[in-house]
Amino acid sequence: MSLRVRAKLVRDTFVLDVDLELPARGIVTLFGPSGCGKTTLLRCLAGLERPEPGLIRLNGQLWQDSAAGCFVPPHRRGVGYVFQEPVVFPHLSVLGNLEYAHRRVPEARRHVSLERAVELLGLPELCDRAPANLSGGQRQRVAIGRALLTSPGLLLMDEPLAALDLASRAEILTRVLELREELDVPIVYVTHSGAELARVADYVVLMEQGRVTHHGPLAELIGRLEPFILDQQDVEAVLELTVDSHDDELCSTHLTFAGGSLFVPRRQAPVGKRLRLVVRARDVSLALEPAKRTSILNILPCRIVSLSERSPGEVLVRLDAAGTALWSLVMRRSALALGLAPGVRVYAQIKAVSLA
Amino acid sequence: MLRADDLVTIGVTARLAAVTTLVLLAAGTPLAWWLARTHWRGKVLVEAVVALPLVLPPTVLGYYLLVCLGPHGALGATLERFGGHHLAFSFAGLVIGSCLYSLPFAVQPMQAAFAAIGERTFEMAATVGAGPFDRFLTVALPLARRGILTACVLTFAHTVGEFGVVLMVGGNIPGSTRVLSMAIYDYAEALDHGRAAALSGGLLIFSMALLIVVYAVNRRFERIQV
Repeated sequence: MSLRVRAKLVRDTFVLDVDLELPARGIVTLFGPSGCGKTTLLRCLAGLERPEPGLIRLNGQLWQDSAAGCFVPPHRRGVGYVFQEPVVFPHLSVLGNLEYAHRRVPEARRHVSLERAVELLGLPELCDRAPANLSGGQRQRVAIGRALLTSPGLLLMDEPLAALDLASRAEILTRVLELREELDVPIVYVTHSGAELARVADYVVLMEQGRVTHHGPLAELIGRLEPFILDQQDVEAVLELTVDSHDDELCSTHLTFAGGSLFVPRRQAPVGKRLRLVVRARDVSLALEPAKRTSILNILPCRIVSLSERSPGEVLVRLDAAGTALWSLVMRRSALALGLAPGVRVYAQIKAVSLA
Repeated sequence: MLRADDLVTIGVTARLAAVTTLVLLAAGTPLAWWLARTHWRGKVLVEAVVALPLVLPPTVLGYYLLVCLGPHGALGATLERFGGHHLAFSFAGLVIGSCLYSLPFAVQPMQAAFAAIGERTFEMAATVGAGPFDRFLTVALPLARRGILTACVLTFAHTVGEFGVVLMVGGNIPGSTRVLSMAIYDYAEALDHGRAAALSGGLLIFSMALLIVVYAVNRRFERIQV
């Protein structure tokens, strides 16, 4: 299961030049600053650009081989493409938009039904609506649903959240993560947001000025990604945990990972399933001893790795919980009073977690 | 009021306008599509040729047509050689003249409508499995419907109103090439003001009504699309 890409494309002063072998499973994230060529590379995969020389192969299917003069046009590649700004046919209803894609897939090749796409994207009540009356988030849901209905062998998403308001972003992100769980379709996802990256990526391709600087599984690259995480307004850690058990009486779910375990409000997920949870630095406080008689359930033993000044009164503490990075934002006063320094063992008290 | 020969003239005029509109719809749509999409540098030349009838005196166009379609012209002589008949002073000749004369009125609104459709929409259609011809039929045509309607109506109305070209290549033969504008000219010259006024008034009301319908329909489309 692999995606082979070799592409060179010259546009005025910009040169895209990549040579990669990517896993064709889970979510591969193309990550880098604006103008680094992520979108251009994605367009090459879809056949919307024609790199020269270019070699693109998904598993056994050859999509382009410029040496052999082979180029499969976009409509024959069986890829789903989601554009940054939601694109919806204005002359068709929501259902019409979905059917447009569905009708063009031979029955034998269909692996996503109309009903399934409508359900996955939460579209039942929108089906009869005209696109003119939809919000940005609703349009993007239609666009994703339509992309799924091509029964794609590869789903390409170009910053699908960037053009949306905050509330819609969270919703679309949740849907994308559900797709990864529910459908066996590899996704190539373009983003320049560190927060999105940490939530969705299984495999990361770091790009800069048209070239790939690093690529590998998220866990292996997490060190390189730290600058981007710190660059965000809200520093946060993304933990990957396994569902251990549910307590129906108290409506809680118990999750474990190498660094310890957490309780969260009851989640609809089978035991053994892996979940990503987001822990914001400002929701983590530190104690030198495990607190007793406190309402905070989730306390993880950690070691301080480093401290850095976040603002004149605040210090950002990087923690290590058995190999997993965690962040805590504390007052400078507290840091001084507790004598926080690299190497010190502390207890991270997590006030809140949210689903990635 | 209208006499029998006036009704015949109205019939010829309507037939000419309808045939011209159909021919230009069939030929002008692909041309407009191509002009809207091509990046070829020679495109400006084609655009200039299409727009030429807007600035050229109709009599100039008519003169060249007469020369070309007549018994000694390039097209006329060829037809005669193969046992046909030259096209000067014939209905077919009038159709050819009208098509050339109304070409910009058909092509320009459609070209503008095609060009207004975002490239993204076509790219998206391609990624959901629509090939080039499929995209033209199911995306370009429905989204350009306002421009296509405008093109049809302008072509029809403009053909009804043409005079100079008809004067040169038509020959004013009743029942075959005599159209309304010619009839009005003849009546006015013969000082038959009653009939000139009747036909002129009729044409004025018809043209006005047609344009009102177009603008009203376009407004409805606008409301649906936005």
